[in-house]
Amino acid sequence: MNLPESFRIALRALAANKARSLLTMLGVIIGVAAVILLVGIGTGVQDEVTGSLEGLGSNLLFVVPGQYEGGMGGGGAPPGRRFTLDDAETIARRVEGASAVVPVLQAGAAIKAGNRSMRVVVAAGNEQGTEVFTSDLAGGRHYRRGEVQAASRVVALGDRVARELFPNQDPLGKQVTLNGQRFTVIGYYQSLGGGLGGDQDSQVYIPITTAQRLFNLNYVSTIVVKATDADEIEVVRRDIRRALLPSFGDEFTVFSQEQTLGILSDLLGTLTYMLAGIAGISLLVGGIGIMNIMLVSVSERTREIGIRKAVGARTYDILSQFVIEAVALSVLGGVFGIVLGWGGAELIAQTTPVPTNVTPWAVAMSFLFAFAVGVFFGVYPAWKASQLDPIVALRYE
Amino acid sequence: MGDTGLARVVLETRDVSKCYYLDGVEVNALRSVDLEIRQGEMVAIMGPSGSGKSTLMHIVGLLDRPSSGEVILEGQDVSSLAPNELASLRNRHIGFVFQAFNLLSRTSALANVELPLVYGGVGGSERARRAREALERVGLANRLGHFSSQLSGGQQQRVAIARALVNDPSIVLADEPTGNLDSRSGIEVMAVLQELNEQGITVILVTHDDRVARHAERAVHMFDGRVREDGPVADRIMAADEMASLPPEGATG
Ligand SMILES: Nc1ncnc2c1ncn2[C@@H]1O[C@H](COP(=O)(O)OP(=O)(O)OP(=O)(O)O)[C@@H](O)[C@H]1O
Ligand SMILES: [Mg+2]
Repeated sequence: MNLPESFRIALRALAANKARSLLTMLGVIIGVAAVILLVGIGTGVQDEVTGSLEGLGSNLLFVVPGQYEGGMGGGGAPPGRRFTLDDAETIARRVEGASAVVPVLQAGAAIKAGNRSMRVVVAAGNEQGTEVFTSDLAGGRHYRRGEVQAASRVVALGDRVARELFPNQDPLGKQVTLNGQRFTVIGYYQSLGGGLGGDQDSQVYIPITTAQRLFNLNYVSTIVVKATDADEIEVVRRDIRRALLPSFGDEFTVFSQEQTLGILSDLLGTLTYMLAGIAGISLLVGGIGIMNIMLVSVSERTREIGIRKAVGARTYDILSQFVIEAVALSVLGGVFGIVLGWGGAELIAQTTPVPTNVTPWAVAMSFLFAFAVGVFFGVYPAWKASQLDPIVALRYE
Repeated sequence: MGDTGLARVVLETRDVSKCYYLDGVEVNALRSVDLEIRQGEMVAIMGPSGSGKSTLMHIVGLLDRPSSGEVILEGQDVSSLAPNELASLRNRHIGFVFQAFNLLSRTSALANVELPLVYGGVGGSERARRAREALERVGLANRLGHFSSQLSGGQQQRVAIARALVNDPSIVLADEPTGNLDSRSGIEVMAVLQELNEQGITVILVTHDDRVARHAERAVHMFDGRVREDGPVADRIMAADEMASLPPEGATG
């Protein structure tokens, strides 16, 4: 007997017991849907976070005070001394391969326009900020060099801020107050979308000098350096070290974009695998359900097996018939699960700020896993069926 | 087809014994059975309950292997073949008719008859054609799509007979084929078997019913696992004549 024949027999047997087949599949359906959905969320978040960092370009270096050995998060000594605008100057002067040096400061503030107000994150840099941060203007302009030097009170708004403060109005030239100080709106940005990992739409952008006065600080949190050439990034890194050595010793760290990305995507990748693992367990439980039903089915159909053997079915024929039945259950469940999980992921992406991304890889893996579950849990019942003695099977009541 | 003296031997048992061990007790279901079945014969195997008829039929039908002795099918010793080889031989050479019909439930008559062809590797239209022909031969041309549950006992047994002969087997083995049927359906089934035998098919009939056995042309009497008597049936009953003498009740099939 050939394989298509086994398929026909198996599918007919499943169709004869539709309700039971569906209930048996349910375990696999839920398992696969959970895998697809959770991995979709994990991948989506990972994509968005790394994507927003990647948008910055691959030739960026981040200089932060303090020593960090392993990774960015925790473990480092508290910074003894912070950077100032002068340190940024020093780097700009002494590092040849740097096409832009941007001192950065971030802080929370209350913004107000007329009777509308909201909390925002104030991100401050210099006029070269546009070279290192992705930002597409929807209207107006960025702040200029002169405005940075003069510490002018000008502000550019993120998309959400602009729309909340000035619904259906052009915000250009309007006045807002930041922590009580008056600013003029000179530009506003297009939406960057998404909602996780630093919501840039809810930020406002002002010159670093203005920010230091506004928050009464004399330092900057990070200095971002852009290398002229991505291939020269290690040279630039070395030069930065050299430039800061006299005043800081080794009490600072230079992260490259790659390192930052690597650390983040490792972390998020691990998280995604953990989610997949948890969902995979439910898939295993579904597999046990299949085995259970297949064992019941084999004992229910003992006589059928006897008849088939009497008229010439070989061990292999019976084995393949029942394995295919189990695999058909798990694969069909897998397909339904993929559809369900995918649909769920789409729904989440559209109705919540959580980004999802169902990759072909995740679909293929969960499908293969469902298939493997069917084979693994189907083989034992099928083997039992194939080993039945035809005489005993025919006498079975 | 009654000239047994000339026809070739289809199946032969030589010194076949079957021994079961139940809780350490030895049960000799068959003791040194020698039997020759010739092409085109219709043989009844008779004997009281427990005399070893079914055991013999299982061995002759290659469902079981003897404890000792040889079973020779179409000249080949099959007594020590592996289960899968026996399955292939059963598929090609043996057709079974059981007391309990043993049709697949929720499966059409046609699909039931196709079953041996499925495992024999016959596919497509050829398979359906041969199954339809077999059902026509047992008078069920108009019941192809019926499920077993939609057929009378006699009709189910005739589907089973069609299934038994669809592969052009060397032998059709029938174990108490009329045991679950009323007398009218029983006679119909015997008529079909006799008709097939007339057409050249070798039939072995297992029964403890003397009247059923008299439909065969030769009777083998078993007792306590041995062949006690083996000879031609003296006054053979022809099922066709019986049918004619039955009161004309609502005709079946
Ligand atoms: N699987 C088995 N295990 C143990 N003993 C068995 C087995 N099968 C048959 N026997 C024994 O072998 C003997 C012959 O049994 P068999 O079924 O061949 O009888 P039979 O002639 O067909 O009887 P019946 O007319 O009642 O069907 C009996 O004594 C029975 O108990
Ligand atoms: Mg018996």
